[in-house]
Amino acid sequence: MVLNDFLHLMPLLILVMASLIIMLVIAVKRYHKIIYIITLLSLAAAFASLFEIGYIEPYAIAPLFIVDGFGLFYIGLILLSSLVVAMLSYAYFEQREERKEEYYILHILATLGACVMVISTHFASLFLGLEVLSVSLYGLVAYLRTRERSDEAGIKYLILAAMSSAFLLFGMALVYAMTGAMNFAQIGVALSAFQETSLILMIGFGMMIIGIGFKLGVVPFHMWTPDVYEGAPAPVTAFIATVSKGGMVALMTRFFMETDGFSYPTLVLIFTIIAIASMLAGNILALMQNNVKRILAYSSIAHLGYILVAFLAGNTMGVEAVTFYLVAYFITTLGAFGVVTLLSDEERDAEQLEDYRGLLWRRPWTAAIFTAMLLSLAGIPLTAGFVGKFFVLAAGVRTELWLLVVMLALNSVIGLYYYIKIIAVMFYQTNVVRERQALHPSAYLVSGITIALLAILLVYVGVYPTGMMQVIENLTLSINAPAL
Amino acid sequence: MILLWMIVILMAGGILAWLSGRVNDLLPRWISLLAILANLAIAAWLWLSEPATAATKQGAWLVQLNMEWVPQWGIGFDLALDGLSLLMLLLTFLLGALAVLVSWNEIYTKVGFFHFNLLWVLAGITGVFLTMDLFLFYFFWEVMLIPMYFLIGIWGHENRIYAAFKFFIFTQASGLLMLLSILSLYFIHANNTGIYTFNYFELLGTSFSPAVGMWLMFGFLAAFLVKLPVVPFHSWLPDAHSQAPTAGSVILAGLLLKTGAYGLLRFVLPLFPDAAQEFAPWAMLLGVIGILYGALLAYSQTDLKRLVAYTSVSHMGFVILGVFAFNELALQGVVMQMITHGLSTGALFILAGFLYDRIHTRNIEKMGGFWATAPKMGVIALIFVMASLGLPGLGNFIAEFLTLIGSWQAHNWLTVFATIGIVLATAYSLRILKKVYYGHNITDHIIHDLTGREMLIMVPMVVALLWLGLYPQPVVDTAKPSIDEQLQAYTNVPEDRTISMEQPQSINQPTDSLSQLKTKGGAYGLK
Repeated sequence: MVLNDFLHLMPLLILVMASLIIMLVIAVKRYHKIIYIITLLSLAAAFASLFEIGYIEPYAIAPLFIVDGFGLFYIGLILLSSLVVAMLSYAYFEQREERKEEYYILHILATLGACVMVISTHFASLFLGLEVLSVSLYGLVAYLRTRERSDEAGIKYLILAAMSSAFLLFGMALVYAMTGAMNFAQIGVALSAFQETSLILMIGFGMMIIGIGFKLGVVPFHMWTPDVYEGAPAPVTAFIATVSKGGMVALMTRFFMETDGFSYPTLVLIFTIIAIASMLAGNILALMQNNVKRILAYSSIAHLGYILVAFLAGNTMGVEAVTFYLVAYFITTLGAFGVVTLLSDEERDAEQLEDYRGLLWRRPWTAAIFTAMLLSLAGIPLTAGFVGKFFVLAAGVRTELWLLVVMLALNSVIGLYYYIKIIAVMFYQTNVVRERQALHPSAYLVSGITIALLAILLVYVGVYPTGMMQVIENLTLSINAPAL
Repeated sequence: MILLWMIVILMAGGILAWLSGRVNDLLPRWISLLAILANLAIAAWLWLSEPATAATKQGAWLVQLNMEWVPQWGIGFDLALDGLSLLMLLLTFLLGALAVLVSWNEIYTKVGFFHFNLLWVLAGITGVFLTMDLFLFYFFWEVMLIPMYFLIGIWGHENRIYAAFKFFIFTQASGLLMLLSILSLYFIHANNTGIYTFNYFELLGTSFSPAVGMWLMFGFLAAFLVKLPVVPFHSWLPDAHSQAPTAGSVILAGLLLKTGAYGLLRFVLPLFPDAAQEFAPWAMLLGVIGILYGALLAYSQTDLKRLVAYTSVSHMGFVILGVFAFNELALQGVVMQMITHGLSTGALFILAGFLYDRIHTRNIEKMGGFWATAPKMGVIALIFVMASLGLPGLGNFIAEFLTLIGSWQAHNWLTVFATIGIVLATAYSLRILKKVYYGHNITDHIIHDLTGREMLIMVPMVVALLWLGLYPQPVVDTAKPSIDEQLQAYTNVPEDRTISMEQPQSINQPTDSLSQLKTKGGAYGLK
């Protein structure tokens, strides 16, 4: 490795250093506020270091990584989301008994894993990144050990994630056995040499899809989602919903574009079925729920289905649509879970629909922001979610994926029902106010400001998406997708 | 720029009203009223200053505004005003101002938020009537929904949550189908010409195969027919109308339904001339079914607001009947119907609201004999009931008469059945009067007559309706250029439609409306 390599990996190195520093600081003295500040600073520094790296020329660190515009954009997205989650975490963990400080180490390591994933071009680095992310998440999901559902969620996630990793690994081994390559581009070259696709290769890809599908939480690999969302602490749930899934989407996009996976009708068919099943199952199952975190879990299954529609478009516009939708989805999901975090108290998270009864009259600003987030998830204009959904539909219509597009429209309507249900609960009149022990108001200041910023961003992207689209258009150029 | 200001005034006024709601309850009311009156003044000024019939070099378009919004996709912030939009805006702001006045003594909870929603609905409606970019159109189409949902869901009557849900899901689902059509149109246009744009004028000339045209038109129709509503898709309307607060009912009946009619006129007719003609007999049939079915159901209601809601279904049947007759007379009738129905039905809802204020029921079985103590209210109710049944001298007569003459030329038998609808209208309209105002008062309440504020609301509506009935010429003049424009693709079509379908040259008209000189009197070729 030369000096330039280190320079291009600077964001990752900063994260590694940060995790070490935090560990040492904890060894000296446990002090929540200082650890918190170190975390924020290092995430911000990692993000700032991105601007030192030029995106025009992709920089390959053979054979594992490629630092290109696409990767940089996703690293930036992941770092910012991670920063937001960290900002929300302070007030949330401060009011709880457990040891809070190690949370931030795991948080930074998970972020690191996701960052590694989005710039990897090799099976080895892919798996490395994925495992760093997953192993950190095992700890994070079960972090509040004393809570009722925490163990269940943690163990469920551990077993299923480990199993899916095994599938992924086996799949990669089969693909390697057939193509003799582990680098994405080389696999693509080797694949194009085949006259007909062999069965073993297809099994290999199929197993990889299982591994990928699990991380994305798409049907039929979605079983863990609602339980883990419910059991994990609210900030961790936000992290899983955004960073973990977003990293995998980026990786999947890169892998399929590099290996030209869309030229195999079988794979396209599998993804089509997964997309439709995810949209339908996610939305229909969400209808029955009374738990806000579970509703958001099922809605995230549906949203990943929407993203797959754009992904299946398989062209430049598709990649842009996936990216834009992810940005909108990140803002919205972080905002929604941010509100859940903000309203949570010492004993449990604000997850029952009852907790939101009459919120519009008790805390009008919080309720207004939550309403905006839900409307964005439903894809209503003036919000980022609308532009994202429009983008995805446009990509689908352009490639004439009529079935998927109509399913998406239909599902948006089903989805509307449960989003509105939450909104309706918020404006019921109520006299019962749940008493809660609050921290000093300043503890909530950071969380409040974070959520308000997200809301402003949501409306800004929704009303004036041009700027964001320009950035995405420039940065995703490095993915060589077919023009149409 | 003045067009943008109208939307901005409403939106800013809404936010201001919400914030001022924290100070006291009176401030939001005044802010909303002033914002709407300012817009009404702008619209009236535009109307008076424009020589309505003079052919300017921009054709039918009086004012235009083009700004870039999302240039990557060819989305522009394009607003334009023609006679049709102008009339709709006048109606919007008039009814908007009345809606604020009606709520003055009705809404006491969350006054600030109420007026925020009210003004934002109006802003969305204003946007819909002005926009000339299909993306922006969909945008405003959706912007109307959320505040309306809140208006029904928060300040409505006992079954409000259900009604609000139903309203929202019906309109949203149909709107998404329209969005798919808009996107398809966008890409078809781009494939034909290489230009990616959502601009209405650019998309007007898009050519596609008949089958594709049919599907695209159904996407648009889905949104507009649900909103209008046409009979199989009407079931959201009685619930939404009867559960909404008075101001909400006025805006729903007076304005939201009109956006559907406006969409038919502005988008379906010019964009899909072939498909529209093929579908016309069915659309007119749906219209007639709506007229008769709405009237029959109206007659059998006991809930006063529900009754008025079903009369809307019936009256809107005339709109679709007239639109798909494709001639100038019928379309003049449709425009007239949109305005007069907005006034007369709005007034009936307001009267129902006044009664609800006094006796806290909407059940007409529990009413009766109110004329004795409330003669002013009785007289005013009489006027609007007469308007609703189409008495000559009031605006609704002109509207229905023109529509029927126009549709007679297109389809004789359906027009005959539509005319029967007017007889039924007489029955249900007189039933309102008989049940509520005649007979004996069986309640314990003494009904007070209209107060000064209430007269202030009703008198302008009476005057407007009388004026429209006695001297409709200014409205007709204002609407004419834009009606000619919408009918451009049809003007050379021979009367026998079976021939026209085999003559594709009818779609090869020069379609850029801005460069096209109006073919004066072209529509008369049909007669």
